[in-house]
Amino acid sequence: MSTVTAQKTSFAAVLWDYLTTVDHKKIGKLYLYGGGFFFLLGGLEAMLIRIQLIKPENDFMSAGLYNEMITMHGTTMIFFAAMPLLLGLMNAVMPLQIGARDVAFPFVNALGFWLFLFGGIMLNVSWFTGAPDAGWTAYAPLSATSPGHGVDYYVLGLQISGAGTLMGGINFLVTIVNMRAPGMTYMRMPLFTWTTFVVSVLILFAFPALTVGLFLLMFDRMFDSAFFDVALGGNSIIWQHLFWIFGHPEVYILILPAFGIFSEIFATFSRKRLFGYTAMVFATILIAFLGFMVWAHHMFTVGMGPVANSIFAIATMAIAVPTGIKIFNWLLTLWGGNITINSAMLWSLAFIPSFTIGGMTGIMVATSVADYQYHDTYFVIAHFHYVIVGGVVFGILAALHYWWPIMFRRVLNERLGKWAFWNFFIGFHLTFFIQHFLGLMGMPRRYWVFLEDQGLDTGNFISTIGAVFMTIGVILFLYNAFYSWFKGDPAPQDPWDARTLEWAVESPTPHYNFKQLPLVRGLDALWIEKMEGNGKLTPAEPLGDIHMPNGSILPFLISLGFFIAGFGFIYQTVTDVAYIFLFGGMGLALACMLVRSLKDDHGYHITKEELEKEAD
Amino acid sequence: MKGWMGKFKVFSLLGFVALFLSACGKENLTALDPKGYGADKAMDLIILPTVIMSFVLLIVMVLLVLALIKFRKKKGQEDFIPKQVEGNKTLETVWTVIPILLLIIIAVPTLIYEFDLADDADASDSLNINVTGNQYWWHFDYEGLDIQTSQDVYIPADSKVYFNMKSSDVIHSFWVPTLSGKLDVNPENENTFYINAYEEGVYWGKCAEFCGPSHSLMDFKVVVVSQEEFEQWVADMQNFDPETAEPATDTAAQGRDLFEQNNCISCHAIGSSPAAIGPNLTNFGDRTKLAGVEDMTKEKLVEWIVNPELIKPGNKMTGAYPKVSDEDAELIAEYLLQLKPSEITIESAGGLK
Repeated sequence: MSTVTAQKTSFAAVLWDYLTTVDHKKIGKLYLYGGGFFFLLGGLEAMLIRIQLIKPENDFMSAGLYNEMITMHGTTMIFFAAMPLLLGLMNAVMPLQIGARDVAFPFVNALGFWLFLFGGIMLNVSWFTGAPDAGWTAYAPLSATSPGHGVDYYVLGLQISGAGTLMGGINFLVTIVNMRAPGMTYMRMPLFTWTTFVVSVLILFAFPALTVGLFLLMFDRMFDSAFFDVALGGNSIIWQHLFWIFGHPEVYILILPAFGIFSEIFATFSRKRLFGYTAMVFATILIAFLGFMVWAHHMFTVGMGPVANSIFAIATMAIAVPTGIKIFNWLLTLWGGNITINSAMLWSLAFIPSFTIGGMTGIMVATSVADYQYHDTYFVIAHFHYVIVGGVVFGILAALHYWWPIMFRRVLNERLGKWAFWNFFIGFHLTFFIQHFLGLMGMPRRYWVFLEDQGLDTGNFISTIGAVFMTIGVILFLYNAFYSWFKGDPAPQDPWDARTLEWAVESPTPHYNFKQLPLVRGLDALWIEKMEGNGKLTPAEPLGDIHMPNGSILPFLISLGFFIAGFGFIYQTVTDVAYIFLFGGMGLALACMLVRSLKDDHGYHITKEELEKEAD
Repeated sequence: MKGWMGKFKVFSLLGFVALFLSACGKENLTALDPKGYGADKAMDLIILPTVIMSFVLLIVMVLLVLALIKFRKKKGQEDFIPKQVEGNKTLETVWTVIPILLLIIIAVPTLIYEFDLADDADASDSLNINVTGNQYWWHFDYEGLDIQTSQDVYIPADSKVYFNMKSSDVIHSFWVPTLSGKLDVNPENENTFYINAYEEGVYWGKCAEFCGPSHSLMDFKVVVVSQEEFEQWVADMQNFDPETAEPATDTAAQGRDLFEQNNCISCHAIGSSPAAIGPNLTNFGDRTKLAGVEDMTKEKLVEWIVNPELIKPGNKMTGAYPKVSDEDAELIAEYLLQLKPSEITIESAGGLK
């Protein structure tokens, strides 16, 4: 069962291994592959959008196709690229950081991944039949009345993958509460683990709002209900509330893990303890808490009245305080350190000004009266790309460079890494900075064409050129990944002289992670041992049998069942044949759940003798 | 001397940026050159946070750059282990309290302006225009005046004009960047705000809430004229009677017959009418844009009448009327283009820039 023998097996065996795996490290990789694929797809859509907008009144694509493109770009990037990439990193790193052998529910972990993947495929199948075209926010009544099945795919795709994300969140919560190594108290947890914890709470409370909204939309579209139909006594504004009660915490679901990542990287490459650790933890919690109080700042122009607008404006501004605390703590972490600048660090350093600009425009859009001008224009597009690209995407890329040695046993090539960085960084600012001005100059968002002679030509042209540079950056990063895999040497266990527990694990990481659970004696557990000359962690338990979960194909089959049922739901409005898919798919999923519930699976043990033999 | 020059350069650069900003965008479209009360207030609150936050950004940048210059790993010190600082209470208090103060400076005027703009106590004494947002055109009904227009809305300068807005289908958003911020046009409730334009002129209006394929083609124009001109326009519009107004030419008269034969009239009113299925065409000849976006030429109009889908994808006119031949369409165009009930037009208001 050791990883060495697994590597020598055939392709089919590897495939079967990944289809049935419940190992958090492999699931982490699957999330990265899946999320990476959708990231490229979303990026391609973005590039096509920018080509359409390279000149005024362009006829590169039709209005209908353009609307599908923007809808798919937003939906794909948020739900199927950024989230899974972060979930992948959490899976790959968090259990190691807290000294656990796996997550609390390995089976559920696999189920979460497969639901995400099938949800993503479901959404993208719509490209063959007509993609959703109501925007990623799918405001009713436009979404409820959109002809064709595009929005149906949106609803089902998000519902299936959302269930997976919710499971992932609960799983991480239980893992962090229950499975920390001896001595790993809450206030000794690395910041990335802390943010994973807080984000899991956000997922737990935010996703149900989306689920409810999607169900209402599904009933309206497929079963003739009228939740959003004003003529029949419905209310379309309620969709906006439900969507943003989910949607605003979602922003923090994306950015907080990135904050965790930067906290790790700044500390490691400054060779210095994170400045103001306690403040960082509480700032994270405060941001998460406030994140639930501000959803209606997406709705200042809806006509809620001055009282509601004022309350939400003030609440939104308040978030700047804990965020500011974080920025200054990072700067003070650098201050007085011994700073190494490599690719991971470049992405992190670039994050500070980029994200500060995003935060700055955040305050600007929180100013409700001024938001009457910004709202639904390219200013807002610029703002949230500064936050999500400048924060989340930079964070993901920094994390990939940083944790690549743990995940893939390679150190990414520095030269290529820097080239990718500079292309992407310059391209990013070129693309989005000018968009602040485009918005104020009168360009609303989601415009298929902008008219000639409206003073918008130059800005849009520059923006498209920037997008080309970003594309080159992404291609260089991909090349780097393959190049390092084929040409690189196996990475050492701790290439960065890092501080936290995940670097205390031997390389390649054994599938049981820790032969003996480590004893954690403080924050930056590994660093403490290094400073005291031990170099490695003291075991907290004698060598003994390790209980491991069995792999299972059931998560894949359950997800496949829901996937098939999804088509049944979509097409039962058109043909009765669809009921075969509906009941067949649900039957498959429920039958697999039944099997899982009735059949005891106690897992297996790696015996002490085997472990001792491996050590030789 | 060199230092002074450096400062001079910085200042001239800042001046450049200011110049760039004020000249930013197309006149009467850009929000950066406000000519109405709402846009003016918004501009104040665009500038204030920009200045304050730029100051914060500057501090962050200076600290970042200094940290990187001072503390980057130096040769011979690769193994240097810095002091492991846990934190600093004073510093952490400072960067908690100062942002709070800065935010209060932004929040107070925001609240004052928010309530100021929402104050509609004088609505009943002002001109009220009921706006209906439709895929993809705007209907304007002047309350108590028996005037309806579409696409172009005429208002007097220097007075509060209230817009009571509702949608007939999906959500739209009414935005005239140079005059005021935007307000959503919802199907379930009436939203009200006012525009108080300082200067006469023709202003671009845009739909700012995603409403379907032709969302980007849902432009309208706000024609701001003097009080006297507005009164004249109102009188002209009220005096126009489609029954008695004879078409200018024979071909236009033929066009009117075709307009009636093809039952265009069942959607498009000419003259005052509560009907609002399609745009009211009373002053069609005074419009400078066809369907809000295209240049108003006879050729384009014929193209529109024959197949509107080519110009506005997803519009509700396509397929809602019998097929019209090019010849018939030309006659109808002839008729529509001579519908000019008033001397007060976009051209007389300074033209669409």
